Amino acid sequence: MHIVVLTKPVPDPAAAAERLGPDLRLDRAASPAVVNANDEYALEAALKLTEAFGGEITLLTMAPAGGSDTMRKALAMGATRGILVADPALAGSDTRSTSVVLAATLGDLAYDLVLAGADTSDGGGGVVPAAVATLLRLPYLGNAAKIEPDPAAGRVRVRSFTPIGFDLLEAPMPALIVCTQALGEPRYPSLKGIMAARSKEIATRTLGDIGVDAAAVGGAVASTRVVETRKPPARGATTMVRGTAAEGADAIVAFLAERRII
Amino acid sequence: MGAIWVIAELNGDGSLARISMEAATLARSLAASSGFDASGIVVAADPAPAAAELAAYLPRVVTVSEPEAAGNAWASVAAERASSVIGRDPAAVVIVGSGPDGRDIAGALSALTDLGILVNATGVAWTDAGPSVEMSVFGGKLITTSTFSARGGIVTIRPNTVAAEPAAGPGAIERASPASALTLPRVAVLERVEEAGAAAPIEEARIIVSGGRGVGSTQGFDLVASVAAALGGAVGATRAAVDAGWIPYAQQIGQTGKIVKPELYLALGISGAIQHKVGMQTAGTIVAINRDPDAPIAEFADLLVVGDLFEVVPALLVALGSRTG
Ligand SMILES: Cc1cc2nc3c(=O)[nH]c(=O)nc-3n(C[C@H](O)[C@H](O)[C@H](O)COP(=O)(O)OP(=O)(O)OC[C@H]3O[C@@H](n4cnc5c(N)ncnc54)[C@H](O)[C@@H]3O)c2cc1C
Ligand SMILES: Nc1ncnc2c1ncn2[C@@H]1O[C@H](COP(=O)(O)O)[C@@H](O)[C@H]1O
Repeated sequence: MHIVVLTKPVPDPAAAAERLGPDLRLDRAASPAVVNANDEYALEAALKLTEAFGGEITLLTMAPAGGSDTMRKALAMGATRGILVADPALAGSDTRSTSVVLAATLGDLAYDLVLAGADTSDGGGGVVPAAVATLLRLPYLGNAAKIEPDPAAGRVRVRSFTPIGFDLLEAPMPALIVCTQALGEPRYPSLKGIMAARSKEIATRTLGDIGVDAAAVGGAVASTRVVETRKPPARGATTMVRGTAAEGADAIVAFLAERRII
Repeated sequence: MGAIWVIAELNGDGSLARISMEAATLARSLAASSGFDASGIVVAADPAPAAAELAAYLPRVVTVSEPEAAGNAWASVAAERASSVIGRDPAAVVIVGSGPDGRDIAGALSALTDLGILVNATGVAWTDAGPSVEMSVFGGKLITTSTFSARGGIVTIRPNTVAAEPAAGPGAIERASPASALTLPRVAVLERVEEAGAAAPIEEARIIVSGGRGVGSTQGFDLVASVAAALGGAVGATRAAVDAGWIPYAQQIGQTGKIVKPELYLALGISGAIQHKVGMQTAGTIVAINRDPDAPIAEFADLLVVGDLFEVVPALLVALGSRTG
């Protein structure tokens, strides 16, 4: 099986240093970058699938050239190779440009599955995967808690979370699947994996390479723009209560009553 | 005249999802400010029940009876049918929810219509530039306001962005008959499984009582659930509790779970790690019970009761009971 995993470098939420630059775009220098956490679940799922069925994993990332640093960590987890689409014209891209670029890059690849994360922690709304699937006319399977391919039959079954339980979905491959944390904890890269990742291939592609017109994508034609930002109102000081359990309980009830919550 | 559309999302039984009532209320108020028409679209094998519900909120509802919507994954079918109702209108404004169905619709519809998307709105107002959309980013550290360059676009809204409010009178329901076959590949639903104890979506809850590692066990979560019941709230959890198997992933709050903004967030045995905090720190009021006064949650809770939750919670249930009883 050949699985493509869509991974995006994002500012590390644990560093809590994310900010916008003066142009109201993400200031990538302000914060260390990591692989988007939800994409690591997708990669873990891909690793388990290739362990069970054999095959290779290609990471696909659209990001500035520095994106290859974060891709190394994902390669160290065990992906086979990476493709980084980087082009100065892509600065300030909206979800539409991102989807067009990812779809165009996928268009040149042969694969059985594309796996994506549920959303990105830097403000993404979990819309890119459905857009990519739609542009490529790929079957789209969301919210995956379990993925069961049948390579011989060329089909895949997915247990997909719903508000009341789950749906068992089935589609022909190739298909695009959005992964959730329920697929399993991402592994830590082993020392061997880290060493091996150094020599793994990261192919860089420009817009020209993937056949996308630079005038059709990027910040210049972005469909949305941030016009204003503000800080949310600061939270007040913390009231701390120590004492008996009953005193603690009474303090909570009084506090909630005062705020008219109960 | 311009158009504002709501694409109805449905519950498992075919009734209208609450988020769509909120989207419809928002669409109506944007229509009032802009002079645009507000309409709903219902795509289902049997759209009638949800259409009747949606017409309580909007002057006009267009239904598409689509048999393929029944045995297949719904969102791409709905997006394709909705796109032909909406047509190629770069000024069209489309409102859906920010949950899984809304996201899938938004992504697919964007690819079909070329409309841009603003995600996870917590507030939408009308301006000269069309809708002006507020969202909370970077784990609640910043609020941004954005607009569409082409005036039109798709907005996904968070639950409770507006309070659902029916219109003065019911709207008209009309039928659209698709002229062509669906072109997007279908994904078959082989089986729909209902799981016992599947809870109401926590994103919609006014009060969330959440448990962490300190809750200790599945039985511990029964205690969390009794507090939630006493307060009329829903049960949430940290990833530590979900990973331990005490509660389903659907209840997880945080970076890789749900983002919630209830009026009250009551945290029981939760340390307040950054990955959890980003999912709940915009809650109106945060109350925590933790035996460690130095837990990170002490930094951002409004009230912290230092103590053993297995002692404080039973006392709290008594105190709440004597209040209402
Ligand atoms: C990529 C990534 C994504 C993540 N995503 C999420 C996410 O979406 N959501 C999430 O929640 N976490 C997430 N995490 C995990 C997060 O980092 C924390 O590990 C987790 O939130 C801790 O959960 P906890 O507060 O329940 O447990 P702990 O941090 O172990 O805290 C337990 C708390 O309970 C208190 N306690 C124990 N016993 C009692 C008692 N009897 N009475 C009172 N207090 C008691 C302790 O003092 C302690 O403060 C993520 C981590 C990573 C790396
Ligand atoms: N620039 C990108 N490069 C690669 N994959 C991406 C990119 N943006 C989004 N994705 C994929 O789409 C998912 C949802 O992203 P989003 O719609 O931005 O929340 C992510 O988890 C990734 O799997």
